[in-house]
Amino acid sequence: MVSLSPKHLPTANLSVDQLEQGHSLWHDAWIRLRKNKLAVVSAVWLIALLLLCGLGPFFAQPYYEQNLNLGAVSPCAAHWFGTDTLGRDLFARLLYGGRISLTVGLVATFVALTIGVTYGAISGYAGGKTDAVMMRFVEIVAAMPFTVFVILLMVWFGRDIYLLFLAIGAIEWLTMARIVRGQIMTVKKMEFIEAARSLGLSNTRIIFRHMIPNILGPIIVYTTLTIPSVMLLEAFLSFLGLGVQPPMSSWGSLIKDGAEKMEEFSWLLIVPGAAFSLTLFSLNFLGDGLRDALDVRASKD
Amino acid sequence: MLRFVFRRFLQTIPVLIVIVTVAFFLVRFMPGGPFDSEKATTPEIRKNLEHYYGYDLPLYRQYFNYVGRALHGDLGISMKYLNRTVNEIVIDKLPVSLELGALSLLIALAIGLPLGVAASLKPNTWVDYLASGFAMTGICLPTFVLGPLLVLVFAIYFGWFNASGWFEPSDRLLPSLTLGLHYAAYIARLTRGGMLDVLNQDYIRTAKAKGASTLRVVLKHALRGGVLPVVSFLGPAIAGILTGSFVIETVFQIPGLGREFVNSVGNRDGSLICGLALLYASFLIFLNLLVDLALAWLNPKLKFE
Repeated sequence: MVSLSPKHLPTANLSVDQLEQGHSLWHDAWIRLRKNKLAVVSAVWLIALLLLCGLGPFFAQPYYEQNLNLGAVSPCAAHWFGTDTLGRDLFARLLYGGRISLTVGLVATFVALTIGVTYGAISGYAGGKTDAVMMRFVEIVAAMPFTVFVILLMVWFGRDIYLLFLAIGAIEWLTMARIVRGQIMTVKKMEFIEAARSLGLSNTRIIFRHMIPNILGPIIVYTTLTIPSVMLLEAFLSFLGLGVQPPMSSWGSLIKDGAEKMEEFSWLLIVPGAAFSLTLFSLNFLGDGLRDALDVRASKD
Repeated sequence: MLRFVFRRFLQTIPVLIVIVTVAFFLVRFMPGGPFDSEKATTPEIRKNLEHYYGYDLPLYRQYFNYVGRALHGDLGISMKYLNRTVNEIVIDKLPVSLELGALSLLIALAIGLPLGVAASLKPNTWVDYLASGFAMTGICLPTFVLGPLLVLVFAIYFGWFNASGWFEPSDRLLPSLTLGLHYAAYIARLTRGGMLDVLNQDYIRTAKAKGASTLRVVLKHALRGGVLPVVSFLGPAIAGILTGSFVIETVFQIPGLGREFVNSVGNRDGSLICGLALLYASFLIFLNLLVDLALAWLNPKLKFE
């Protein structure tokens, strides 16, 4: 039991001026997040990964450069993660693959975010019949088997992965729409919205300037959790040979190549598999950490 | 109850209509048709082929013909496998996928439920941390990484199992474990959450005060409420296991329907793609219906909403 004398309080060595200064909600959340070691480590790993994949390819050798004389060598000083059977440096391929995987994750999530937030906000704000019809539509779409439909879409967009990102994003927005709608319904009844309305502001302005900033917390949390599920879907497709086509590589297609050759060259499976899993771990830990930090009411699961 | 069942059943109809329409038109207009092979066909042969598959009829006739036949359970003729109907292929391959799916679901429940219950009984102890760690690992380790890893370790390195195939009973273990562990992770997490909510309630305290053993409290009193989140997750889980079998059947070279579906996309086999998509969709919708009914039975409050 810690004694409760004033000098043990966290505010003990602050001056009166500092004590009087208010903390914004965001600042509080930041302090809570910083205490969560797993979330901080995850964030550091993700930033490092973004930098490596973003800038790395400028320094590493080209991912398509083959050295057939070399063949597959195990990890060594010249090739940190070894090379594949065509003598291509695995580290370089990993960085390029990461670029694709991360871009898919971010772009598709952004699409899902835009559609989901707009749709959910309109539905929640309008209420009544409009809301009922819009949510009925979400229910019907949600009852469809996504993966099967994404595979069907692959038949169309197989050659153009950028269209595929859009397609994945256009499918992932449903949960976001539901969450935003629920939040908007709560915020809608609060006084500051009434105040905004009495000032004669337009509906669009009320939704986007007054309501959405107030529900950013859950949106951010859910966005962090959408990225890994999108990346998983992309890797799933690439693993089945339906996603990113050679000579380009994503982590999914690297894992696929590795799985085919793992008997002799196990590092070809283990390195991309580890990179992918670690990234999924970090995104999930960061998402959980953000939820604990930002969304005080939400319970786990 | 009957009204609830009926209403819930009616709701599936628009979903099915949308699915059959989207699937039909996506496949009918896909770039690179099934008759574009490397060998050039003469116009006459092409015309014959198109006539055989009914591609020369007006589009709306094709659509209504397809829907009409599908309603009678006839999914058409494969365009790649000579003289085989989609129905024959399904009858041939579906049992394998069903066996894999059922085993995986069994493993997921057998591992996930006890682990989640154990974690909820001793929250914030090593049991809980172990279960949560397992759950996080299972969620973040995709099946297409775990599967090859298990093969690498247990089939190639130790040589205990065959690396692929579907012949002996022991061939079933690695594939269903790969698929099952992933969902066991989710189930453990959901069971823990659901049980923690229930265990804090008054009627559990009453049961304990009456001297019921922990086992009795869990089995007779808490589990029915505690597994509600798990039951609602079963719908998505079964969907995931079905589509997850696409990967597992590819990794372990299992002759099931999932691999057939992936291959049919590569082959541009229109009737097979469309038929299997329809089959998967109706399967999922039916299972979701069952899950909703189970939920209504477990939690009477739901029926009145």
